[in-house]
Amino acid sequence: MSREQKAVERARKAFLTGRSKSLEYRITQLKNLLRFVRERQNEIAEGLKKDLRRSEFGTPLYETLGLESEINLAVRKLKDWAAPRPVSKSMMTISDQVYIQPEPLGVVLVIGAWNYPWAVTIGPLIGAIAAGNAAVIKPSEVSSHTSKVMEDLLPLYLDKELYPVVTGGVTETQELLKQRFDHIFYTGNGTVAKIIMEAAAKHLTPSTLELGGKSPCYIDNNCDLAVACRRIAWGKYSNCGQTCIAPDYILCDPSIQDRVIEEIKKNIKEFYTEDPKKCLDYGRIINERHFKRLMALLEGSSVAVGGENDESECYIAPTVLRDVKPDAKVMQEEIFGPLLPVLTVSGADEAIKFINQREKPLALYIFSSDNKLIKRMIAETSSGGVLANDCLMHFSVSSLPFGGVGNSGMGRYHGKYGFDHLSHLRGCLIKQLKMEGVNKMRYPPHTADKLGWARFFILKHVDFGSLGRMALLALLVVFVAVILQRNYTD
Amino acid sequence: MESQKQVLERVRGAFRSGVTRPVQFRLTQLEAMMSLFEDNETQILEAMHKDLAKPKFEAVLSEIEIVVNDICCTISNLQTWMQDSYVATNLATKLDDCFVRREPLGVVLIIGAWNYPLQLILSPLIGAIAAGNCAILKPSEISQATEKLIAELIPKYLSQECYAVICGGAEETKTLLENKFDHIFYTGSQSVARCILQAAVVHLTPVTLELGGKCPCLIYGRLDMKAAAKRLVWAKFFNAGQSCVAPDYVLCTAETREMLLPFIKEALESFYGSEPQQSPDMGRIVTDRHWNRLVELLKKSEGKVVIGGQSVKETKYIAPTVVVDVKESDALMQEEIFGPILPILTIKSLDEGINFMNEREKPLALYAFSDESQVVKTVLERTSSGGFCSNDGIAHMTLPGLPFGGVGASGMGNYHGRWSFETFSHKRGCMLRGWGLERVNVLRYPPYTESNLSWLRWATTAKKKGWASCSVM
Repeated sequence: MSREQKAVERARKAFLTGRSKSLEYRITQLKNLLRFVRERQNEIAEGLKKDLRRSEFGTPLYETLGLESEINLAVRKLKDWAAPRPVSKSMMTISDQVYIQPEPLGVVLVIGAWNYPWAVTIGPLIGAIAAGNAAVIKPSEVSSHTSKVMEDLLPLYLDKELYPVVTGGVTETQELLKQRFDHIFYTGNGTVAKIIMEAAAKHLTPSTLELGGKSPCYIDNNCDLAVACRRIAWGKYSNCGQTCIAPDYILCDPSIQDRVIEEIKKNIKEFYTEDPKKCLDYGRIINERHFKRLMALLEGSSVAVGGENDESECYIAPTVLRDVKPDAKVMQEEIFGPLLPVLTVSGADEAIKFINQREKPLALYIFSSDNKLIKRMIAETSSGGVLANDCLMHFSVSSLPFGGVGNSGMGRYHGKYGFDHLSHLRGCLIKQLKMEGVNKMRYPPHTADKLGWARFFILKHVDFGSLGRMALLALLVVFVAVILQRNYTD
Repeated sequence: MESQKQVLERVRGAFRSGVTRPVQFRLTQLEAMMSLFEDNETQILEAMHKDLAKPKFEAVLSEIEIVVNDICCTISNLQTWMQDSYVATNLATKLDDCFVRREPLGVVLIIGAWNYPLQLILSPLIGAIAAGNCAILKPSEISQATEKLIAELIPKYLSQECYAVICGGAEETKTLLENKFDHIFYTGSQSVARCILQAAVVHLTPVTLELGGKCPCLIYGRLDMKAAAKRLVWAKFFNAGQSCVAPDYVLCTAETREMLLPFIKEALESFYGSEPQQSPDMGRIVTDRHWNRLVELLKKSEGKVVIGGQSVKETKYIAPTVVVDVKESDALMQEEIFGPILPILTIKSLDEGINFMNEREKPLALYAFSDESQVVKTVLERTSSGGFCSNDGIAHMTLPGLPFGGVGASGMGNYHGRWSFETFSHKRGCMLRGWGLERVNVLRYPPYTESNLSWLRWATTAKKKGWASCSVM
């Protein structure tokens, strides 16, 4: 039996003991996870530094503060989320209990990514634990140091059997995918996503795919350009552009292109000094393969800002490209790096058309002081999420569902969405064997008379608003009286 | 005649035009669906009779009324469902608008089944229309009369630009699946579901799979045998057992079985008379192939037939049949029965019954009959299934407030009522910020400093004290 198979079997056995069902147990595990995040900041930061040259403050800012917030929310709300959810009844079920009971799915596989290895690996894990599942955690092998920290330290805080960390590369992942899971949660790219979904199909396993795409950023003429460009520069160059919701490219009117470029240049300097290479707050490209890929994307476009690079360090300066054409190399794939193309369009109409000709992105950014325009752009496009007048921030709002649509993914998480998505919402109808007289009308032999009654009562949805509670109850009393009378005369 | 590709292009063009977006359009289409039912009840009942010898009563309730009910529920609530739902924000985002907007997905494919040929294709359609999508309907080719009727009526009542019916068998469906859809909704078997999923992978299309399985019915403890027998028999033999949520088999103690059997017999006689074949209220098996399958199962079974067992090939009739002394390894226990044959397996304890159910794939529905609420509670807590109903069968799926769908091998996703609307919508998280509070934003920009980080940490702590959650950045 392979190591992966063993881990999954052990997790399933542990799940079947039922210990993750109790809310106390889940809360304890979540609190342990919180302790881990707080106590091991140094180890986490070290791993991130080695993997992504993440600055010291980058760790809490981009990874752990968000996790702490999500864990605290789950701990606080778990009782509410896990409680039975009553729903509206029909006439016939008025005296029955009708509710939705959230239940664990079983064993969830969480496959993380390398760009925010903690946020996108532990983030889904929080939802999985809260929902009462066991979870096999497969961190990305590309962020190998972080992967090691997870492998070494998580078992010291979490239930080793219920939440094993399984590290490895393609082979190990393929071995994992042969096993049967009750849900697969994957963050990464579209190509691998298809392989995951294919493997999931064999066992009829549902999957959540958090993918990416080219998130467009439209800058309207009517906006506070200085603030807009600062926020865009922050959103683009954090983590060296290696963010699934980074503003991929800019669309703006030709008349403001120069100013946009100027402002972004200014902010790059403010954030990362004259020499970003020496600045500790500026990161690196994850590896040589991606470095080469990004450098190749520059071909054919003109560099307005930056462009400096150093292969030995996988360093690419914060770069802005101007007058980029739609068929340029840099526009053919998700950039996922510190290259910011600016394409000119003559107004919102053309921008909307441009956006809609392409696959639905994970995020859409609109910078404008005109609320009507913002609302229009939202109404006429589609994307995983929308953020107006800022970048990245919607990721941190736990009450907003975070996920893609179309090519950018399926499913969602954060806050209660994470809990619900990794639960089975079981519809429950609790009836008694009494009041059998009332059922008579549905039994054969069927008569036109019975059918008349049945049409009226069996399925009618109780809409208290329109009919009024009193009227409905009166109707029911009459109905029951008639039925009871029929029983006596049978 | 239009080719599949032409139909798809037309429908996709219609979606792109935005015509399905306004609520008025959706309501008009839903009202037209209502008219479809109101105007054509006779033809509908005829088609049901041709395909499944479906008794008028059953057809009215399970194909017409249940769908009409859902349409009403949707029409009454659509405006509310479509509204943006504003979400909790925190200290720093109080000035921002954060809301979830439900948007159409695009062009969805709905593949129907033959057992409730109208319900299972039109009920999902309600959600698809309500959510603002365009749709391609692929009715089951097995229930031919209904297939023909759907192909005739849909273009007559609904927008021909936005909704199209494509008919055909396995080959045509395979070709259809090569195209890109924004959601695929399939009701049917597990084996075909795998093919659907494989096809969906190519375009990364999300799917809803309403499958089946063997829905167990545990009867245990103190109970009103007569009432239980009646409800069990009703649920089992409705549509001649061809319901995805029919109680597939019964688990009970030997004593319970002895007490139950006479009441089952009594209920059957009271429902279908002493000659069920003569009763207009007893359905028929859908095709020769399915009839053969069921008759074979009965032949192979090593259990004892105590009620029924008769079958007539010409009319595809199988008598309401009860088989006892059925073991786990019996032929009747190897696949979903989907017919009017009820195996009764004996257990010695509640634990044994629960373990038996848990050793099997999660079913679409799970039933527990008992007057002891503790028994019901225990079964509910220690098992998993798509849906659960105590002391009755099928009833839970008539409530639009409950999400109807499977889990594990019985499917993924759900629908009915608002759940249909949500299934066919994309929940888009939207955040609209202003230009102000840039001073607060300063905390997040490089150059990163310890002091800025402390402020951010503090702001994060402030939210623990009862504010809604969101990191301040």
